[in-house]
Amino acid sequence: MGSFIFKRSFQSILSLIFLVIVVFFLARMTGSPAMLYLPPEATQDQIDAYNALHGFDDPLIVQFGSFITGVFQGDFGNSLQYSRPALDMVLAAFPTTLALAAVTMPLVLLISIVTGALAAYHPGGVFDRLASLISLIGASMPNFWVAIVGVLVFAVTLNVLPTSGTGTWQHWVLPVAVLVLRPAGVLVQVMRTSMMTALSSVYVKAAKAKGVKARAIIFVHALRNSLLPVITVASDQAAGIVNGAVIVETVFGFPGIGKLMIDSVLMRDFAVIQAAILVTALAVFLINIIVDISYAFVDPRIRHS
Amino acid sequence: MPSSIPASVTAELPAAQGRRKSAILRSLLRDRYATVSVIFLLIVLGCAIVGPTLLAEQARALNLKGRNAAPFSLDAGWMFILGGDALGRSLLARIVVASQNTILISATAVLFSVLVGGILGLIAGYRGGWVGDVLLRLADAIMTLPSMLLAMIVLFVFEPGVTNVILVLAVSRIPIFMRTVRAEVLELKQRMFVVAARATGASTSRILLRHIAPMVLPTIINLAALEMAFVMLVESGLSFLGIGIQPPEVTWGLMVADGRNYLGSAWWLAFWPGLAIMLTAMSLNLLTNWLRVVTDPVERWRLETEAR
Repeated sequence: MGSFIFKRSFQSILSLIFLVIVVFFLARMTGSPAMLYLPPEATQDQIDAYNALHGFDDPLIVQFGSFITGVFQGDFGNSLQYSRPALDMVLAAFPTTLALAAVTMPLVLLISIVTGALAAYHPGGVFDRLASLISLIGASMPNFWVAIVGVLVFAVTLNVLPTSGTGTWQHWVLPVAVLVLRPAGVLVQVMRTSMMTALSSVYVKAAKAKGVKARAIIFVHALRNSLLPVITVASDQAAGIVNGAVIVETVFGFPGIGKLMIDSVLMRDFAVIQAAILVTALAVFLINIIVDISYAFVDPRIRHS
Repeated sequence: MPSSIPASVTAELPAAQGRRKSAILRSLLRDRYATVSVIFLLIVLGCAIVGPTLLAEQARALNLKGRNAAPFSLDAGWMFILGGDALGRSLLARIVVASQNTILISATAVLFSVLVGGILGLIAGYRGGWVGDVLLRLADAIMTLPSMLLAMIVLFVFEPGVTNVILVLAVSRIPIFMRTVRAEVLELKQRMFVVAARATGASTSRILLRHIAPMVLPTIINLAALEMAFVMLVESGLSFLGIGIQPPEVTWGLMVADGRNYLGSAWWLAFWPGLAIMLTAMSLNLLTNWLRVVTDPVERWRLETEAR
């Protein structure tokens, strides 16, 4: 088990290094952002001075060297837009996105495990068909569209929820609801299939023969055995929450990492993009490792192998 | 009725194929959801192919009567059944015209990732070795990145436009196909028919293309339909954020983004294009559910025996 996690962490670090290199060189291919940040009437001298100030006139390999040294010291350079350390800005935005994910993911798991398990108990029944239809709709809706239709209905027409911003708990209702939709829709179907497999096994028949109640069979006997595929897909969906967060934060004006990224892409703010991407990738890798460990908790066969 | 004709052992191949086709068709008609999805997808496909040539004029034409026309009213003519925008253009015509880009982009991206991912998966699975390892690591690195993030990095560097959006989406989905094909190949290459083919001296490319690839195809077709729905959602998202397709080109995602500014006064501008995205994605998902049954060897066998 220990060596397994060590191996996975090593692979993740390799992937991270690969990512650092790709992001750095891709970002440098656009050339200097001087044109964007200096007034159009700037002279060549001013442009040169700007490039020299930020080190854009050094050879690429020198820039890369100083970038790497900086990364290891936790220094990603300053934001061109705000002249603040890029890492500070990213770390300031990160908790908002993390909080969004931390509210969303447990909700997703709760909804999908309960719904999927109950739907699997009577395949083809009314509840099953209803759950399948709703989960399918949830998985097929474009999240930005749900977000603005949500604003239209609940904020503009009914006037019960705020349109954007943070502050009260009401501000979190729509963003979280939008973020929950797709992963929950996907996971309900995974859980249903997996639970159906578990329910057709011999130990469930034995439990039924003993007269165990349906609820106990599902949630005590079969649940743990049907969780493995759910965890795998859930970890994919957790990474996908970053996709959703970019859109949700933009629509609802949440000061999270998704909004920070899209703003810095539009403003060509190198340092912030690099820091944001690396921090996000690191978070995704951490999730993957946690998922690997949780496999062992759910399935003793993995723990003891 | 096919069942009234005794099955001939020496049935001619075309006849048997015809029977199987009709069996598949009947199983499609039995699944109501799948039938409706296929019909809807065919309509969308029709719009994507001939829509722009038929309705390009109407999508551009400015009609004073149709300015901000509300939907479900025929006052400005049936072209304005879904409403009109601030310039008095028919929303229905615009949606039909935009379907071409929307479908073209996701279909091309998926086709590209099927081809590249499939070939890389065949190599990684059949050859293994360090080439397989490197491919797998690369796939991991791409897969851990949320596709939106990857798209943002690349579209930050290269001009956003139809070609680059297709490329980004394709690259971000290649790993899925590669890993799926690789996993299937790893299992298939141990099977007797592959060993037999190798023993009779078939070349590697022949084994891969004639013996293994056809066995992997059903899985890939299923996955491709699912991925097409996903890719369409991501493209719409990118276009919505302003880093995907750029005007004057138009896709459904872009139309939702435009309509967002008129949310309070003309909700239909953002609503209908989004609904079109959702219905198409849903149809693709429903189609996959049915396809999974039909392409399952056990189920297929049932279909074939039923056809006799």
